[in-house]
Amino acid sequence: MMDLRENGPETATEMTDYNFAYLDEQTKRMIRRAILKGLAIPGYQVPFASREMPMPYGWGTGGVQVSAATLTPEDTFKVIDQGADDTTNAVSIRKFFERTAGVATTEETSKASVIQTRHRIPEEPLREDQILVYQVPIPEPLRFLEPSEVETRKMHSLEEYGLMHVKLYEDISRHGAIATAYAYPVKVEGRYVMDPSPIPKFDNPKLEMAAIQLFGAGREQRIYALPPWCRVVSLDFEDYPFEASKADAPCDLCGADDSYLDEVIMDDSGTRMFVCSDTDYCASRRAAGHVGAQGAIEQEGAA
Amino acid sequence: MIQGETNGPLLSVRGVTHMYGKRIGCADVHFDLYPGEVMGIVGESGSGKSTLLNCLAGHLVPDRGEVLFEMRDGAVKDTVTMSEPERRMLGRTDWAFVHQHARDGLRMNVSAGGNVGERLMAVGARHYGGIRAEAVDWLDRVEIAESRVDDRPTQFSGGMQQRLQIARNLVTGPRLVFMDEPTGGLDVSVQARLLDLLRGLVREMGLSAIIVTHDLAVVRLLADRLMVMKDGQVVETGLTDQVLDDPQHAYTQLLVSSVLQV
Amino acid sequence: MIEIEGVAKTFTLHNQGCVVIPVMQGATLSVARGDCVGLIGASGAGKSTLMRMIYGNYLAAEGRIVVDGVDVVQAPPREILALRRETLGYVSQFLRVVPRVPTLDVVAEPLLVLGVDAEVARNRARALLTRLRIPERLWALSPTSFSGGEQQRVNIARGFAHDYPALLLDEPTASLDAANRDTVLELIEEAKARGAAIIGIFHDEAARERVCDRVVDVSAYTPRAA
Repeated sequence: MMDLRENGPETATEMTDYNFAYLDEQTKRMIRRAILKGLAIPGYQVPFASREMPMPYGWGTGGVQVSAATLTPEDTFKVIDQGADDTTNAVSIRKFFERTAGVATTEETSKASVIQTRHRIPEEPLREDQILVYQVPIPEPLRFLEPSEVETRKMHSLEEYGLMHVKLYEDISRHGAIATAYAYPVKVEGRYVMDPSPIPKFDNPKLEMAAIQLFGAGREQRIYALPPWCRVVSLDFEDYPFEASKADAPCDLCGADDSYLDEVIMDDSGTRMFVCSDTDYCASRRAAGHVGAQGAIEQEGAA
Repeated sequence: MIQGETNGPLLSVRGVTHMYGKRIGCADVHFDLYPGEVMGIVGESGSGKSTLLNCLAGHLVPDRGEVLFEMRDGAVKDTVTMSEPERRMLGRTDWAFVHQHARDGLRMNVSAGGNVGERLMAVGARHYGGIRAEAVDWLDRVEIAESRVDDRPTQFSGGMQQRLQIARNLVTGPRLVFMDEPTGGLDVSVQARLLDLLRGLVREMGLSAIIVTHDLAVVRLLADRLMVMKDGQVVETGLTDQVLDDPQHAYTQLLVSSVLQV
Repeated sequence: MIEIEGVAKTFTLHNQGCVVIPVMQGATLSVARGDCVGLIGASGAGKSTLMRMIYGNYLAAEGRIVVDGVDVVQAPPREILALRRETLGYVSQFLRVVPRVPTLDVVAEPLLVLGVDAEVARNRARALLTRLRIPERLWALSPTSFSGGEQQRVNIARGFAHDYPALLLDEPTASLDAANRDTVLELIEEAKARGAAIIGIFHDEAARERVCDRVVDVSAYTPRAA
């Protein structure tokens, strides 16, 4: 997987005009150093010199740079956007690395060695030989309450995290419960408070996993990381404990009642259905014979 | 509660000097502040009183001098040389700072309850119900109705914002309060109410306070002692009523005689 | 209780050509517990000035003013404040209070500052206000809106709230009707009886006769023109 040996330009199979995986070797080394530092200090935001990528900010430039620095020619790459392999964003990034790195790609979670994700963690538990790369829009969890970067850095260095609970307090006072449903703040290894990227809070318990997790924020020029099985605790109050909630229904296609669901509006009269947001998980369950309430009617590709 | 409970001063200021380049901010300031004492610092704009206050509160680093503070465990520490985490911890627990403009001391996009609760959460409170009850109690003490607990400060009048700022600062039971023109910019009627509130809180909580103002009426009502500054130097100190009624220094006499009589 | 020795006072007017005005020199006076001394002398002779120096409100230029062991001329502010809180009471001619504070609390404040239970302090305040004939309907109002005579009585009630061992009274009976004047003199007699050392200024000769054990003419301390 992550191989610190230099990959010569000759390993790029098709696009000889570009270096392997688009970025030049010096840039990849710089990013790898940031990644290693991030792994050494779990949850700490490491600044890095983010490059211009051939896609707009907000489309995963941070994740793409981390993936580029992580991929080797032997890797098998998977990209998901909100759990789906087939959205524009996922397809574009997958194609980008097919062309610039020539790596194998897959839609099957278990076959991938590097998975780039936007806003989800796959349902299937990841293994220690896998790497999960997150696209992060705003890496600073304190940002919405404290606009000054100088001040937030100081707050991190001095572990002044009272403000994070102010946000949760405001949630409860306004909505009667912690209404933060995604990008739910966590404390890593009892030290740094971290934004887990806009994953649903349903995914928060999965942050303690066997795989390495890398977070890249291109516009904000930050990389942070979680080494395998490091302790990740979702912030909460004693009387309002954290809950990893999801829609209270089974998947209408595969019948799964343990996966995070998307709500899909079917017609103008408001008919709706719930389907797994993780398309690979749903497809593999259906392939194994599981059927949900509408699974018999639906044919593949309908979702 | 009453001063004299401990023998030593709460705050000892020794030769504090702050320069802005070649210009003097404040020079060689010495004084002791004992528990329960309220000291006023008066002087016109540019006299160095705010510079001094900021040096004492750890917002500015003095070029010379010591600011010795008696910690809760009785140890005396120089807040100028102590580590930043320790100083910031003091800023959230034992010290309070009331800004002239409430919006400098409040989070305007956070509810009144959240504003008051922040210091509690900063020192580890993790029970929502408890934090909220404490916030409501403090709002009541500064005469803000419980029904306003979820409103943001932007919906409050200037006087209410200032009272909210005071509640937010005092909720952790600080021992030393720094105030920078706490009644500045408020209507006279609102000022009176705030002064009364501050006097009551100072007495009930046994607070020590340092109040910077140019309003002599404010210090007469709030401060036990007075320090008069001019061009960065302390020109006169003493009992508040003595300095105001029998000023010794030329500048103080000018200051006192310049107040318009109502 | 109160020992005054060789006290002098000058005013230096820096902003009027640095004029130095000597107003008193060599003032010497001693008041024992239970004693009441009346200060007399023509208007401007320095009766109030001497009283203010004893209270620490004016700074003496030289001499010693020892009240209950504390030399007010030399003591740091916090010792004078403690003296004022616990030992030395002062009824001035003017009431100076925070606007908006109810009369009852104005009177109770000297006790609250000493840490006396709020209800005990208020009861004492109620008793004094009743004796001084301040109608109960006014107690919840700020005295700033009261008439001169009412303010004077509130001021006296406040001055007698705590049983100070030493008291300074600046014209306590001025602008009072006969009944209230009599009450104030009773209060003074009671204070003497419990052992308070009192220095007072009384223009009202009959009142002076009734409560003062002796009088001191401060004109004797007026500096001779150089």
